[in-house]
Order: sequence, then C-alpha cells, then structure tokens
Amino acid sequence: MIPDFKQAIPVDQIGVEERVARFRTRSIKKESKLFALKLALQMVDLTTLEGMDSPGKVRQLCDKAMYPYEADPDIPKVAAICVYPNRVRLAAGVLKGSGIHVASVATSFPSGMGTLESRIDEVKYAVDEGADEIDMVISRWAFLKGEYDYVFDEIAAIKEACGPAHLKVILETGELETYENVRKASDIAIYAGADFIKTSTGKISPAATMPVTLVMLYAIRDYYLKTGSKIGMKPAGGIRDAKTALHYLVMVKETLGADWLTPDLFRFGASSLANDLLMQIIKQKTGHYQSPDYFSIG
Amino acid sequence: MSNRLNVLKTCKLYIGGKFSRSESEHYFQALDKKQKPLANLCRASRKDLRNAIQAARKAQADWAGRTAYNRGQILYRMAEMMEGRRDQFIAELERAASSKRRAENEVDLAIDRLVHYAGWTDKYPALFSSVNPVASPHFNFSIPEPTGVVGIVAPDDHALAGLVSLIAPVIAGGNSCVVLSSEKLGSIACTLAEVIHSSDVPGGVVNVLTGFRDELVPHLSSHMDVNAVLCAADDPGQKKTIQENAHLNVKRVHFYDGTDWMKEGAQSPYYIMDFQEIKTTWHPVGT
Repeated sequence: MIPDFKQAIPVDQIGVEERVARFRTRSIKKESKLFALKLALQMVDLTTLEGMDSPGKVRQLCDKAMYPYEADPDIPKVAAICVYPNRVRLAAGVLKGSGIHVASVATSFPSGMGTLESRIDEVKYAVDEGADEIDMVISRWAFLKGEYDYVFDEIAAIKEACGPAHLKVILETGELETYENVRKASDIAIYAGADFIKTSTGKISPAATMPVTLVMLYAIRDYYLKTGSKIGMKPAGGIRDAKTALHYLVMVKETLGADWLTPDLFRFGASSLANDLLMQIIKQKTGHYQSPDYFSIG
Repeated sequence: MSNRLNVLKTCKLYIGGKFSRSESEHYFQALDKKQKPLANLCRASRKDLRNAIQAARKAQADWAGRTAYNRGQILYRMAEMMEGRRDQFIAELERAASSKRRAENEVDLAIDRLVHYAGWTDKYPALFSSVNPVASPHFNFSIPEPTGVVGIVAPDDHALAGLVSLIAPVIAGGNSCVVLSSEKLGSIACTLAEVIHSSDVPGGVVNVLTGFRDELVPHLSSHMDVNAVLCAADDPGQKKTIQENAHLNVKRVHFYDGTDWMKEGAQSPYYIMDFQEIKTTWHPVGT
C-alpha cells in the first residue's frame, strides 16, 4: 500500500511549466469572475505569523475574517485564520460561533528544528487552546538527507497528536530544490496521514509558485485515483493578487475537477490577498477601480 | 535608394518607468498637418490605465519623501535633457501642427517653464505655510502636502508647452501623475516621455498614455485611487463625466481649458498649490 519513497517519481519539468503557462492565459469574465472571486475569498486562510503579533493585532484580524467588508452584506467570510499557538485561545474566543476555523502553525514553525517531543507538545497545546487545524512543518534536513522514514514517522506522530484537528503538512518547497523532491515529499505527507498538503511557510523565498503547486496537485490526484480519498491543497505565501488566485483556481479545476473547488479541500495562505479580492469584487459590482484607502487593514 | 520607405515610429506607452505596448495591442495612426501619416500610437486600454495608476500610486510616497531640493534638481535635469533634444522637438512640432518659428518659441518656453518650477520646489512650502495664532499654549502650523495621484487630461493645442505646464507643477509639488495625452499630438507626448525617462525622474512618477480620451476619461475619473483630476481639454462631455465621477471618492478637480499656455503668465506657484492639501498640526509649547 505505502509506496517505496526511495523510488523517485519522475516529473517532467518542461511539461509542468508549459502546462502552468497555459493556465495563466485563461481569462475569466463577468459573472464567472465574480463567482470565482467570492469563492477564492472563502478559501483564504487569513494569516499573521510575525514575532510582533500582539493580541490586538490578532483580534483585528479576526474581525476582518468575520466582516471583510461591511458595506456589502453579499461578501462571504474567509475560511480560517492562521496564527501562532499562543494566540489561538484569543482567536478561538473571538471567532466562536462564526464558523471560521482557527488554524495554528506548530512544530517549531518555521524551521521545524525542535525535538520531536517538544513539537508534539506544541501541537497538543494548540489543539487544547482551541485550534481545529494544525499547520506543521516537515524536517527538511531529514528529507534532504534521504531519511524518508523519519519524515514519515514524524508526520504520523503529529497526526496522532492532532486528535480531531485537521493536519496540514508544510513541505517548504522553496528548500526542496527539485520537482521530484516536491512530489516525493507530497507522497510522504499524504501517506503519513495529512489532510492537506501546503507549499510553504511564507518565511523563505520562493514561496508558493504555480508549477510547484501543480506537482503537488498531481500527487493528490494520483492518491485519489488509487484510494478514492480526497486530500486538500494549500498554496501559501506570495499570492498577493486576485488574478493569480483565479489562475490557481483554474489549475485546480482542470487538474482535480470541480470537487476540489471548496474551502474544505483548497485554501490560500495569505494576508494581503483578501483585500485585493475584496477590491476586485467591488470593482466587478460597481464598475469602478478601487483603492486600498477604503478597505480595512488586515 | 531614394524610393526607400520611411520607417514610422511606433510610440509606446510610458508606464512605471518602462515603455510598453498597449496590453490591448491596438494602435492608431497620427497624421501631420498635411494629413500624412506621422506616427503609430498605442491605443491605451482601461487596463493600461489601471496599470499606470497603480504605478503612480506606488511611486508617489517615495517621490513626495524626496527633499524639495532633489525634486528641483530633477526638474532642472528635465530642462537640460529637453534642451539637448531641442531640434528634435522643433522638427516634430513643426511637422505636426506648427510653423518653424512658432515651434521654436514653444520649445524654448517649455524648457524655461521647467526651470521655473524647478526653482519653486523648495520655496512654495515656505510661502504657503503659516504659523497660526491660537489661544492655548500651542504652536499651530499649516503646511501644504501633495494631494497624491493626479490624472492629467492634456490639451490639444500647444501640445508640448501645454503638457509641460501641466506636469511640472504637479510633480514639483510631490504628486505623481497619469497623463492622457492629446489624441492628435500623442507623438510629442511620447518624445517628452523619453526626456522624462532619461532625466532621473523615478519610474511611475510620470506615466504617459496615448489613446482615445473618450474611452479613458470615464475610467480615470471613476478610479478610486486617483486623488485629483486636472483637465485642460476643452470637451464639455468629458468635463461633465469628470465632474460626475469625481464624487465617488471626492476627487479634487481643476479645469484649465481656455488657458493660453504660450503666455508668460501661465506659470506660477498657484498652479502647484492647486494640487496641495493644507495640513494643520498642533504642538505644545515648551516640550
């Protein structure tokens, strides 16, 4: 059942990049565009992961998540907010009853260089505080060394520690160097029990790119065809404008099908993307180009 | 060799410090005064306009944050670069719409006008600021600050002098701008953009679009990220559109049509002040 991870699955680099170039040429207009923009907004994990995240900043972000743009009641809420473990209790309290998930990064984010025990404790702490989604990082040092069993076991152990919470596994593709490695890390995460696979922490560059996301989508597709289970995808970092977000949606639809066009199976990890989506939605509705001056900071 | 074909220049748009073709890939031909083809001009689309406004917004804070002295140096540099291209401007103006004598006058005036505003950059704030008498123990200052992103609709006559007379006071005051050039004389605006490009003006501070004003003015005037519109084109329909759309984000609007830019008096620090906002600050005395 579990494949031999030492066996590389070849990825056609040119093929992936040319396929992505095609997605970038798609143009979505009018009602379809409005639909896609709203869908993308519902998929946003509104994220703040800074050492300077004060309680006030997190509270403000929660308000933004619940009421992105009050002038228009037709605007949907975002999927989740994503914070550090010590801000989870606050966020969970503010968001209670709103239906918005609370995601927390854990496991010595962003490097993952803690002991396994401390990383598991961090996950348990975040879940106890009220997080219903955990974003973990894999040990890239072990992966790049070829210790795939180590990575597999750590993901499985953390999945167990999550209990009822959903687990998103961050591969940090910017450090994995090749598409083959991205594919391999995706497979390891999926077989070890990830509910979602996620591209990046957002702390190093390059963060999410479309080719890398496509390789991960292929891993999800192959797993689905083999087992019938649907794994979610979350590109994170570097997606700042609505146009790029729509290209991602096109890519998901044409790779995995419309089933994945739901916040349950696809998310954007982003902070500034939400405002651009809002501005484009209002632009579609009014016909006037918008200015960030009239949208809340978030 | 004598029957070789002239190579007509395709004037590109100037957006964010780069010369680019229109995203729409549409062009139109400008004719000279004898109705012969003069140049191919890009027909800017509303997306080009949006890109230009984004570039202007991005550049504005840095430009306003430069020292007044530095802005003056850069405006003066523009004058220097124009002087270097004097013959080209004269030839282009003459061919497009003018006589040699009038073209010479116009180019000289445009250069002098840049020097005029270059001198004003570090002086108008002092002239238009004030220390206000107040009853409480506070210093109370009022100072001019740039309005932000200014949309400029250029006039059709005196393309060069008019354009320089509009752009110079706007950027001297720390604003950035998006210029919709004259439809007939877009090639002059394009050459001016080349001068701007080669004279230390940071990319995005001045953006120049050629195209059909009827297509662009509605989007320029309704864009929420444009803080002011300056219209020097004499077109009642477009003026009405600007006034109606300006209410959306309460744009500052000025109409300069009917001004003869060739007159000596068509330059003054009051043109700078048209795109300044007065900010008043209080500071306690003795702390």
